[in-house]
Amino acid sequence: MRSWWWKILCLVLVGYTVIGGFLMPVPRLDILNETIRNLYFHVPMWFTMIVLFAVAFYYSIKYLRTGNLQDDVYAVQFTNTGIFFSIIGLATGMEWAQYTWGAAWSNDPKELGTAMSMLIYFAYSILRSGLKDDEKKAKISAVYNVFAFAMMIPLIFILPRMVDSLHPGNGGNPAFKQYDLDKYMRFVFYAAVPGWILLGVWIASLKTRLALVKHSREMN
Amino acid sequence: MGKHILTTILLILITTTLANSQTEMADTMRSNGKIYVVVTVLATIFAGIFAYLVILDRKISKLEKEKTS
Repeated sequence: MRSWWWKILCLVLVGYTVIGGFLMPVPRLDILNETIRNLYFHVPMWFTMIVLFAVAFYYSIKYLRTGNLQDDVYAVQFTNTGIFFSIIGLATGMEWAQYTWGAAWSNDPKELGTAMSMLIYFAYSILRSGLKDDEKKAKISAVYNVFAFAMMIPLIFILPRMVDSLHPGNGGNPAFKQYDLDKYMRFVFYAAVPGWILLGVWIASLKTRLALVKHSREMN
Repeated sequence: MGKHILTTILLILITTTLANSQTEMADTMRSNGKIYVVVTVLATIFAGIFAYLVILDRKISKLEKEKTS
């Protein structure tokens, strides 16, 4: 977590996204106009959330197996950072929708799926704050985290694809498959996703390291 | 029959012409170079965010070292 190479890579990728995202050509599409560039920002927020929640899921299970409270620290900090990215993803999506779909909220299946997932994860935070004993808190929230992640998969990925949807990639709309994304947009998008993911992991790692330092101070 | 074919052809021609007329993009911003202002502003913001993260990272590394010393 202390190595610098992936942080420099993150800087390069996100920097390229910010610059190339506005200067590189994009398809001229009605309704979307230039907002299509939001693909490089709104979508990676969600990819980052998924990666962070997956890491939290891994550490939740690890805690349940080892009983080591350090694993619980990882789990909660990565979950909290994932929640932060989901809020930004939702906000940017609603801002985008307001001007392209005509309304900030359309009860679109994917919008609903992500909102439900977010509520489930908010409940994780509330659950943790309601428990006092460290071990009980860690154990119960770890179990809850496993269920939360397991619920997120169908809510975000599976159900929206089975019904009609406004979102690309769902309900018969084209999305990221080989023939769906414009060649020039790929140049930025394929850099943006890992860049933003690295940024999310960096922030989560900083929170984790700080919590671990505080934790070891309290133990001594 | 001939009337219907003519109408269909005319309609197709009209809609394709309308569809190809310039979709509004930020061409003005690009032609007068102001797009670079947009990029500079955003690059500055992200440079600031990264600088902040680096400072935080260093502070935490220091804290971790103090812990083990």
